[in-house]
Amino acid sequence: MDKSQSTGLLFEISHKDRRCHLLPDCDVPIKSSSELLDKKYLSNQSTGLPEIAEIDLIRHFINLSTKNMAIDCNFYPLGSCTMKYNPKRHERLGSLGGLSNVHPLQDDKTCQGMLEILWEMQNYLGEIAGLDGVSLQPAAGAQGELTALLVAAAYFKDKKEHRTKVLIPDSAHGTNPASAAIAGFDTITIKSNANGRVDMEDLISKIDDKTAVFMITNPNTLGLFDEQIVKITDLIHKAGGLVYLDGANMNAILGITRPGDFGADMMHYNVHKTFTGPHGAGGPGSGPIAVRKQLIPFLPAPIIIKTTDGFKLDYDRPKSIGRVRSFFGNVGILLRGYFYIRTLGPDGLKQVSENAVLNANYLLSLLKDSFDIPHGDRCMHEFVASARNLRKEKKISAMDIGKRLLDYGYHAPTVYFPLVVSEAMMMEPTETESKETLDSFAATLIKIRDEDAEFLHNAPHSLDISRPDEVRAAKEPVLRWKK
Amino acid sequence: MDPKKLKYAKTHEWALIEGNICTVGLTKFAVDLLTDVIYIDMPDVGDPALKGDSFGEIESVKAVSDIYAPVEGEITEINDKLVADPTTISQDPYGKGWLIKIKIEGKQNLDHLMSYDAYEKQICSDAH
Amino acid sequence: MSYLLNTPDDKVDMLKKIGATSIDDLFSNIPDSVRMKRLLDIPKSLTEIELTRHIDLLANANLSAERSVCYLGGGSYDHFIPAVVDTVSSRSEFYTAYTPYQAEASQGSLQAFFEFQTMISQLTAMDISNSSLYEAGSSLAEAILMAMAITGRSGTVLVAETVHPEYRLSFTTYLANLEPKVVTVACPGGKMCLNDLASKLDDSVCCVIVQHPNFFGNLEEVEEISKLVHAKGALFVVAYDPISLGILKKPGEYDADIAIAEGQCLGNPMIYGGPYLGLLSCKEAFVRKIPGRLVGQTVDRNGKRCWVLTLQTREQHIRREKATSNICTNQGLFALRAAVYLAAVGPKGLTETAELCFRKAHYLMDLLCKIPGVKPKFNLPFFKEFTIELPCNAQLIIDSLVDDGILAGLSQARWNPNLVNVMTIAVTEKRTRSELDNYAAAFGAAVNSFIAHDKSKAFKS
Repeated sequence: MDKSQSTGLLFEISHKDRRCHLLPDCDVPIKSSSELLDKKYLSNQSTGLPEIAEIDLIRHFINLSTKNMAIDCNFYPLGSCTMKYNPKRHERLGSLGGLSNVHPLQDDKTCQGMLEILWEMQNYLGEIAGLDGVSLQPAAGAQGELTALLVAAAYFKDKKEHRTKVLIPDSAHGTNPASAAIAGFDTITIKSNANGRVDMEDLISKIDDKTAVFMITNPNTLGLFDEQIVKITDLIHKAGGLVYLDGANMNAILGITRPGDFGADMMHYNVHKTFTGPHGAGGPGSGPIAVRKQLIPFLPAPIIIKTTDGFKLDYDRPKSIGRVRSFFGNVGILLRGYFYIRTLGPDGLKQVSENAVLNANYLLSLLKDSFDIPHGDRCMHEFVASARNLRKEKKISAMDIGKRLLDYGYHAPTVYFPLVVSEAMMMEPTETESKETLDSFAATLIKIRDEDAEFLHNAPHSLDISRPDEVRAAKEPVLRWKK
Repeated sequence: MDPKKLKYAKTHEWALIEGNICTVGLTKFAVDLLTDVIYIDMPDVGDPALKGDSFGEIESVKAVSDIYAPVEGEITEINDKLVADPTTISQDPYGKGWLIKIKIEGKQNLDHLMSYDAYEKQICSDAH
Repeated sequence: MSYLLNTPDDKVDMLKKIGATSIDDLFSNIPDSVRMKRLLDIPKSLTEIELTRHIDLLANANLSAERSVCYLGGGSYDHFIPAVVDTVSSRSEFYTAYTPYQAEASQGSLQAFFEFQTMISQLTAMDISNSSLYEAGSSLAEAILMAMAITGRSGTVLVAETVHPEYRLSFTTYLANLEPKVVTVACPGGKMCLNDLASKLDDSVCCVIVQHPNFFGNLEEVEEISKLVHAKGALFVVAYDPISLGILKKPGEYDADIAIAEGQCLGNPMIYGGPYLGLLSCKEAFVRKIPGRLVGQTVDRNGKRCWVLTLQTREQHIRREKATSNICTNQGLFALRAAVYLAAVGPKGLTETAELCFRKAHYLMDLLCKIPGVKPKFNLPFFKEFTIELPCNAQLIIDSLVDDGILAGLSQARWNPNLVNVMTIAVTEKRTRSELDNYAAAFGAAVNSFIAHDKSKAFKS
């Protein structure tokens, strides 16, 4: 079906004097801005926005939408992104006027319902983490990391300890070192061993009295739980440092083990992943943090407290780091996380992780005879396969396989991450997929492996476009339309 | 330029020393590793070059790498043509793809720079 | 559990294929000493019927803008959202997709982001825009990190006292352990004092931050500020109100280097503060220092025009600790909503919306200032938000108007204890003349009753 009539750029389908949204006539007897304001404030140039009628606008965007793959249409085993189903009740409840039309600066007593939900959410996230205090403020996981590191810096400053180093395993996501640098720390890389776990010898050699924080993702980015974790957290604590858990992979351990119980002192959640907010082609997310008792005074303000007089935003936090964004937090996503937790309850959350891990291990077992799986035949909620042998033997890359999957109606796994595995294909099926889906996905992957290499280099073959020229895009960036 | 007559740093820069002027470029091995080069961030003429310190960055679609000064001195020239068309470095890394010229200050110990054969040996062992 | 699909029989088959004896066996890497021996202490599960009842009750406990007339502003506004915005953003293909790493399977979102980038650039008269950041406060932090990288200066960040206090606090927190000092430029008359700016500008200043219209609603002297800032080689960073650009000069017209904004007003709900939409635009020369996602145009192997995420080497997943920013998402869904909003209102609609806000705000200001004892706090031009001084504590009036179903405005005492009698009021295109008349009447009655109350108290004592 040709969609090109409606999917030219908005600026190309713009037609002078067409309108979509009309405004009422002005009903107050007041002069216009051009009469009341000095002309130095007034713009001399048009905004250049497109002029489009409602039906053309709708056809444009609806037809564009059909060029996307999405969880509601396709299996989306994108490793490390936890692309689970987004329940529809979340969207309905999240857009209730009584929630979506609450202003962030209205007085506490006029929004007690909202505060009650968010107060409970603070408590649930503390309980799931096994930690004592929670800030719902950070807008995304990366901002949660930064917030927690700023909390750690303020904590050591308050204790008058001069600690400058953050230790980060080489398998960590790039946000970890980037956040540490903005928080003012020096980053020290810790090697992984052949099993994909922290190299203890390397870690021990790098811990000293300047160690502020050790950041660990556990389960790690290879989908492995590091069973040395208690030993690691003990070592860091003995040296006077704090342990940060990157909570990207919480989907594997809900109700099974808690970061606070295995020695983490701070962590962030990716609410949009673990508790399923719609990913919206890149966001929004929500990255609340949970911390141990001694760090609570340093959390951003406000946090919600319950008093005999109802729920209140508590700004009276003299040691607080301040805030990392305006207003309370990414409430829309926090609400969806709350709906999910309330829908599942304690049994349900545990089953989420059990089924996420079962599905990942099952998919791994279906693929292990056909693909190279460098880190053993068991995993947590995700695993990393490698196309390195295929590359050597048939010159097929992970990218080729990923692109070909698109033709079959599957989203590609995460390719080329983590960096510690060459030709990585990281797969995370999540708990909201069935055995049949995994069976047919695995069968498709195995079929692709045996397809003609040249044919794969040119995949995808059936989508709206073939492979884009990324070099051209980066060499002479065209970031906007121009007349 | 004949690669065999150049000196090499561990970090994949080549150096051609003529009198007190050192021309610096990147080896073919490094350039190939980067794949399609899209951008080179260069220092200004007159900036100091510190031995072993980064003086610029080279970017491909997927990666970015620092470029390190093999000798100490003052940067006297940068390859403007290369900045305008970074692909030159892939086509002719030892010729038109040179990066900068450094005026070498005083007498310097240049023992850290390798011969062609020693560098070849290093990249062979890196590849394993 | 309706989201979980594996039946007991499925589980048996799957475990057999895996070669595991039980599901528990799959968790054997987790040391027993740290395994949970109890269930999580959270409430038991609710069906959709039960959850809906529970949430309906709590939602109804809020005095939302749906059940009241909202005059609150300060970065979040009760603007109208056309139905087309919800229709498009509720398409599953948009809201349940993720980051468009696989460009071939994401052309819908990528093209929409490219259109968003274009419209934000047009709106601001700036060269380029990214595909969004979290919200305005952290966007200013990103703008500062960017200005440090561009100018190579890390001495001082100058910020007008009239910039939103929560934005100021946000970037000050970001900079806590970095080099630059944040220095406030005084704004004694409700806008930036140019003499104070000139006295604080030196070669160590990397950027100067101004909000226009500012936190009190006043317009700043952006053209003069821009000249002063550029004369010292610093960057001029402005936080603007997107709706105001239907009338006011655009950041590019007064030579701003980096323009950021809160994009909530472009078709996004207030939803108690987030998710919102950080907008960031800048000059072309800064393209490699811009934080966040960028969508670029290119061609596919058949020469067909298409769009991809580009310049990814700027980003943290490649540059790690050397990245200028740690941001690794955009606010995709809200950028999409803003794109639909801007296309729906178009150039005329945006100007009309801005004009309605302007005129209605001025009408209300005139009405309120007829109340004895109420006067403008500043005699400065404003757009849709203005600040007045009352003869009594502003919070008392705000509390009292809640009973009339009115969210009256912001008491400035929340941020500055010296401003207990000062209130800032925002008026959007949604307000009608009768709402404004009712508001002024209720406001007048409340002021009068408090003055009478105070007088009688004074009389008694």
